[in-house]
Amino acid sequence: MEPTVRTPLLKKGWLLAALLAVVFAGLVGLMVGPVSLGTTAALKELANLLPWIDVASELSEIHAGILLDVRLPRLVLGLLVGATLALSGGSYQGVFRNPLASPWLLGVAAGAGLGATIAIVSGGGQMREALPLAAFVGALLGVSLTYLMGYSSSGRTSLTLVLSGIAVSSFLTAGQTFLQMQHSELLRDVFSWILGGLTTASWREVRLILPYVVVSVVTMLLYARRLDVMSVGDDEAESLGINVARTRLVVIVAASLGTAAVVAVSGLIGFVGIIVPHAVRLTVGASYRVILPLSLLFGGAFLVLTDVLAKTIVSPAELPLGVITAFIGAPFFGLILHRSKAVAS
Amino acid sequence: MNRIPLAIIAMSVILAACNAPPTVAIESAVSQPQPTLLGTAAVVTTTSTVSTSEVPTGFPITVSADNGDVSIELRPQRVVSLSATATEILFAVGAGDQVIAVDSYSNFPENAPFTDLSAFTPNVEAIAGLDPDLVVISFDPDGLAETLNGLGIPVILQGTAPTLAHAYAQIEVLGAATGHLGEAALVVADMQATIASIVEDVAASDVALTYFHELGSELYSVTSASFIGEIYGLFGLENIADSEDPDGWGYPQLTLEHILDSDPDLIFLADTKCCGQTAATVSERPGWGAIKAVTSGGVIEMDDDIASRWGPRIVDYVRVVAEAITAVKTVDA
Repeated sequence: MEPTVRTPLLKKGWLLAALLAVVFAGLVGLMVGPVSLGTTAALKELANLLPWIDVASELSEIHAGILLDVRLPRLVLGLLVGATLALSGGSYQGVFRNPLASPWLLGVAAGAGLGATIAIVSGGGQMREALPLAAFVGALLGVSLTYLMGYSSSGRTSLTLVLSGIAVSSFLTAGQTFLQMQHSELLRDVFSWILGGLTTASWREVRLILPYVVVSVVTMLLYARRLDVMSVGDDEAESLGINVARTRLVVIVAASLGTAAVVAVSGLIGFVGIIVPHAVRLTVGASYRVILPLSLLFGGAFLVLTDVLAKTIVSPAELPLGVITAFIGAPFFGLILHRSKAVAS
Repeated sequence: MNRIPLAIIAMSVILAACNAPPTVAIESAVSQPQPTLLGTAAVVTTTSTVSTSEVPTGFPITVSADNGDVSIELRPQRVVSLSATATEILFAVGAGDQVIAVDSYSNFPENAPFTDLSAFTPNVEAIAGLDPDLVVISFDPDGLAETLNGLGIPVILQGTAPTLAHAYAQIEVLGAATGHLGEAALVVADMQATIASIVEDVAASDVALTYFHELGSELYSVTSASFIGEIYGLFGLENIADSEDPDGWGYPQLTLEHILDSDPDLIFLADTKCCGQTAATVSERPGWGAIKAVTSGGVIEMDDDIASRWGPRIVDYVRVVAEAITAVKTVDA
């Protein structure tokens, strides 16, 4: 295969399909829930949010609250979390040229888990309030440790970084498990955070993570072309004028920052960062200028739809989101893998 | 703090034998030479002859617990309690000076011998090292009871009481096991009388008030079938969690939407200590501002500890519930 840096760019049709998927997921997310609001009434209430539109509200104050203060922030948070995880996963796979790279690779998850567990076992209301911050700090610490360790090693390749990630993750997870067993009466709290979910989503969480997510997402999208160049190999990319080490650092920092921010409010929702980018890669194309923007949109739509399942299939209870993303995502991914065999070989 | 884990485990170990509510039968006990003191729920038998005291407190004695019949040879002098509820009971029935150590979750009464002993990840050597002659637990992780029995230490397992009747039975069993049956019976009788009078003072209302009992930020709750639900039931309150527990487990997780849609009159927060929830934080939660409990002052901050234990302080709980109902009715009137 010749090093085709000029891979076909994103086709409008796919972009439109991805946008439609987001709109569809959004409408389902707002209309479906344990409480039936009535589709027309709910749509009118939503239309009222738009400028220059004023229709009479048909919802009771409580039902309007369910729509606008419960479902809407949950939808927005779901979009942000899914989009960021999928985009970060795609970027990690590009940076490491490893299809198994996930946003968890460099210790983000283990660090966030440790931070969240510390917040939970420290007890007290203030610490609970600070859980997202603790998880965020823990996640960033995890990645920093990994990077320091990988950087200080003699080899200093992307492989040493991955191995450092494994070491740091194991270490932090051990610390987390230790704390958790010291406070086994809080196991449920810790587990429900680790399994991930949007159960308590509110505008507060959205405001909390939005700045980080925006910076992270924009950076990753801007670096898509450089990832394409790097896909031909470090030396070749250098000869084409790409500063490989710097590109790697910037993308890793951006992806880790975004991932750290979203896991802080959603917990460890696994698998989104692997299946979405791969599904895009296998069905649309291998250029990161295709994979990254489409992963962003499909990732958001995917997470919102799985969240709808999370809150409906075992109604009146809710399933942890991480369980569903894996349970539905894995067979779906297998199907794509199966169908793409002919293309790949 | 230890509400749900305890409840889950205890529900599964409650003995099938504990069906009928226990009866306190002090009078008949005194007149019989080798009496069976309590009803079918809490079988207490003694092989000694009746002493001259009001009730027989002789040893050896066999009491029934969630781990079966427990034989105690001599009146225990070195009791270790790994159950916050049992600690409260032991002190209430006058066995406090026989207690040498209580676990890290016991925090009442103030003069209890607090230690760092863990009831959830217990260290058998640490417990045995105290040389106890009776250990009381509410949760039996990793076969703790069996291990201690193997060391010759009798263990009484009393899981979360599923009903008030079971709570009374546990008090009597601990009283009997420590040689304070008479006092235990008085404690129970006093509790029953006080609760009855508190409930009586709250006049019945035409329309049943609805309530939501919050165990934690994940919106776990209790149904009427649970111990705490039975207390609310005394006042004729209607539980919004009942419809959400098809399996009858008693501790369902509710959805935010269901709670808001149910628009409860009263919200009892049993997560004030663990999770810093207050009436103010509830009113600030998105979507909660419009529900009746928030608009009419029906959000009640409970003491997590009292709300999660089934000891003598149930009476305090009943009192707080009564006050809450009266307050809400005054607002409505």
